[in-house]
Amino acid sequence: MINKQVPNAKKALKGLTDGMTLMLGGFGLCGIPENAIAEMVAMDVKKITCISNNAGVDNFGLGLLLQKHQIRKMVSSYVGENDEFERQMLSGELEVELIPQGTLAERCRAAQAGFPAIYTPAGYGTEVAEGKETREFDGKMYILETAFKADFSFVKAWKGDAAGNLIFKATARNFNPNMCGAATITVAEVEELVPVGSLDPNQIHIPGIFVQRIFEGKGYEKRIEKRTVRQKI
Amino acid sequence: MLDKIGIAKRIAKEVKNGYYVNLGIGIPTLVANYVCKDIEVEFQSENGVLGMGPFPFEGEEDADLINAGKQTITTLEGASFFDSATSFSMIRGKHVQLTILGAMEVSHNGDIANWKIPGYMVKGMGGAMDLVASAENIIVAMMHTNKKGESKLLKSCSLPLTGVGCVKRVVTNLAVLEVSIDGFKLLERAPGVTVETIQNATEGHLIVDGEVPEMDI
Repeated sequence: MINKQVPNAKKALKGLTDGMTLMLGGFGLCGIPENAIAEMVAMDVKKITCISNNAGVDNFGLGLLLQKHQIRKMVSSYVGENDEFERQMLSGELEVELIPQGTLAERCRAAQAGFPAIYTPAGYGTEVAEGKETREFDGKMYILETAFKADFSFVKAWKGDAAGNLIFKATARNFNPNMCGAATITVAEVEELVPVGSLDPNQIHIPGIFVQRIFEGKGYEKRIEKRTVRQKI
Repeated sequence: MLDKIGIAKRIAKEVKNGYYVNLGIGIPTLVANYVCKDIEVEFQSENGVLGMGPFPFEGEEDADLINAGKQTITTLEGASFFDSATSFSMIRGKHVQLTILGAMEVSHNGDIANWKIPGYMVKGMGGAMDLVASAENIIVAMMHTNKKGESKLLKSCSLPLTGVGCVKRVVTNLAVLEVSIDGFKLLERAPGVTVETIQNATEGHLIVDGEVPEMDI
């Protein structure tokens, strides 16, 4: 067993410096690396580029980094649940690159899997395709999209062990597995760090080889963005 | 003329036994409520769930279980969870049989615009571009005209496109239309709506072939 465990978020983020490109898992506020974000706020790292499907809300998730003007650029598929985001985008402080959600996932996966680029039909004939190489396969047009290059990938899992093996819960999985091993250093934070040997190898979603550092996170808030319920009849 | 629920009810009839279906936000979400109970259908949400169920009862919400609209949901028996790349493999790989989504504009050659209005805050395309670029069967659910009374079924879209030549069918408050090589083919009229009304509300080329039946909802 190769031990990837670090004691806390502070140690897990060692080497993170201004101007770096980061991947962050999560969909909305679901499955976001809350501890890593909190540590980034504390260490006041600046001018970062964030590859993340969304940009949090005003006072949670990546919104916390936006409030402190720590983000230079966002690469996302859907943003704007966030007033401060809108203000910074319109004032030109924040650069935003919007890309299709499946393309975002696949550019992460390509980086993880060692593909320099992939062809996708998503966005062909739209402004997303502008300036990009296109090619026809079997009568259909595709766009060439390159793999992301990132310094750190921050993911959140439900359970993990010191070997870096991860299991995700429900839809908190989302982009997290695709970002593992897609950056130079992958940092996984888990709700529960269990003893090595206690996870069933058949049930592991991400093998530890894709993870460089793992720690047990603290105080997960797991905020619900849109609480929808039905009435008992 | 139909209301939003009427549109959802009519689209629900397009959902067939054995279909995996992706529902967009808005009117499409309502479709799940009106699908025939006698058929086997699974709803996919692109954030990573197949076999999506209704909203949870109060107190049973799970922050880790949401749909693509970020609403809390439940799952049904036989459900599964997966990562985003796998989710879009289902979509791009044509394993999802039907995609239902809303639109701001559709052109008579099947182009769709539903993600950006220049001059307004742009929130992004989310999964819409992946869905429209790949799905074999795309039904657009929308009102026939915008709030100013202008047609949303056009010769060519004025807004930035989400996808080209991809829409197969449009269900509006006035009609069911098929996108054909020659234009919008009028298939059905909403109850009480005349062909003339539909013609006047359609800027794109409308093909009226013989007697057009009224929808059966």
